[in-house]
Amino acid sequence: MIIASLAFYLFSFMAIVGALNVIFQRNPVHSVLWLIFTFFNAAALFVLLGAEFVAMILVVVYVGAVAVLFLFVVMMLDINVVVLREGFLKYLPAGALVGVILLVELAIVFGGWTMAPDAESLRLVPTPNPSDVANTQALGQVLYTKYAYLFEASGLVLLVAMIGAIVLTMRTRTGVRKQKISEQVGRDAKETVVMVQVQSGKGLS
Amino acid sequence: MAEFWTEYLAPFLWIAGKILLFVVPVALTMAFLTLAERRIIGAMQLRIGPNVIGPFGLLQPFADAVKLLFKETVVPTGASTVVFFLAPMVTFSLALLGWAVIPVSAGWYISNLNVGVLYLFAISSLGVYGIVMAGWASNSRYAFLGAMRSAAQMVSYEVSIGFVMIAVLLTAGTLNLSELVESQRGMWYFLPHFPMFIVFFISVLAETNRHPFDLPEAESELVAGFMTEYSSMSFALFFLGEYINMIAMSAMVTTLFLGGWLGPQDMLPGLGFLEVVLGWVPGIIWFAAKVAFCLFIFIWVRATLPRFRYDQLMRLGWKVFLPLSLAWLILTAGFLVYTGKLAH
Repeated sequence: MIIASLAFYLFSFMAIVGALNVIFQRNPVHSVLWLIFTFFNAAALFVLLGAEFVAMILVVVYVGAVAVLFLFVVMMLDINVVVLREGFLKYLPAGALVGVILLVELAIVFGGWTMAPDAESLRLVPTPNPSDVANTQALGQVLYTKYAYLFEASGLVLLVAMIGAIVLTMRTRTGVRKQKISEQVGRDAKETVVMVQVQSGKGLS
Repeated sequence: MAEFWTEYLAPFLWIAGKILLFVVPVALTMAFLTLAERRIIGAMQLRIGPNVIGPFGLLQPFADAVKLLFKETVVPTGASTVVFFLAPMVTFSLALLGWAVIPVSAGWYISNLNVGVLYLFAISSLGVYGIVMAGWASNSRYAFLGAMRSAAQMVSYEVSIGFVMIAVLLTAGTLNLSELVESQRGMWYFLPHFPMFIVFFISVLAETNRHPFDLPEAESELVAGFMTEYSSMSFALFFLGEYINMIAMSAMVTTLFLGGWLGPQDMLPGLGFLEVVLGWVPGIIWFAAKVAFCLFIFIWVRATLPRFRYDQLMRLGWKVFLPLSLAWLILTAGFLVYTGKLAH
């Protein structure tokens, strides 16, 4: 087991280093790259937990899709961190106030945190024995039976958000030349080509 | 001490040995693939191709490697040096990482991962990072444009690859690649999933930035795209990464659709004596033959088709492949539920 615990400390240390670098890098693109590094270490921690499905989904969704978009946007925007830092002192009091409020709230939440009396029995009911089924199957058995409605509802929320984003950014532009493949394929020689007999020396009038 | 040996050192050496057994053949295949590509395209265009160095030009890849080793490494001014050198390494190592789960014969794999299909999908979706990092770190317009194109292209085609994979693994009822190959016994998935096999192969072409979707490095518009500023070994790493990626993707097509290491006698029973003879051929030969077949198609497409325009590429990905693969996924699920063949 010593290797597993060494691996755990390695990955968690690297995750913390990565997360710190996300904040402290001067260049936003470097920040995103460190963020990706942090995601990887988090995925490795999931693998150590034996939750390989969640680990792979983390890599596919966050690293493979979300972070690509982040990187894409950050690269396109020409963000100058030095200019952003200029207002640092001016906004410091307001920012610190928000931070303190959040900290107090968190402290209150954690101070009053107790386990619900029947939580333990709830936890045991839908969970299959991990030695019997692979954890992909186990997750599916819980998500699509006990929590099927909640799962579908969260899917619908995401769908609404997606449609909203599309509607917000969609605009019909005039004067754009677009290739319409169905029109091109549907063209008939009879309508588009005229055969004429041209007399020599006269040409077409 | 004995415990240390049996618990840690022996497994470690065994895994390292397995990795070596995978990486060396893959690297050799890659070397000869570059030669094969030039010779095959030469033959298709009525030329000879490289035939001078070694018998039939067989030593050409090594001559190329030595040449690249002795070139000067140039770093552009204003380049982000660390990211600039990290990018080819990322590309190269990601191309090799996929091989960790691919079973080349019954029981021949480095790791028999329970979520092998997802792992392959994750690794192939990461390939975009090497390219984007290279394009950004080069501090060059051409490289940046190439990287942007590549990012959009790979993200788009990943979506349809994902849906095709889901359709296949619904049929198989497992995420484990070895079990997936075993479940193809008697009916390789390229037959029932034929339209998706085509969609998958075309998407793989786009995912590996190969012709006719090689817009990220379109030489007539972008010099060499994201590779413009690279020279010497860093260029070589990109080049090798691209070819190893091709081999890995062919292995993926073979595993998901072409029955992995199963021989043709599995699909065509009743051959009599021939069936016995074919049964003697080890699985890895069949696997290698199928991978070689896919690679040949890669090269064949390159010699045949002109490059797509960018809007055509996007249209094909989002408006044709995405609805098609989604519809096929629903059809597959419906069929499996209707016939009661859905695996649990």
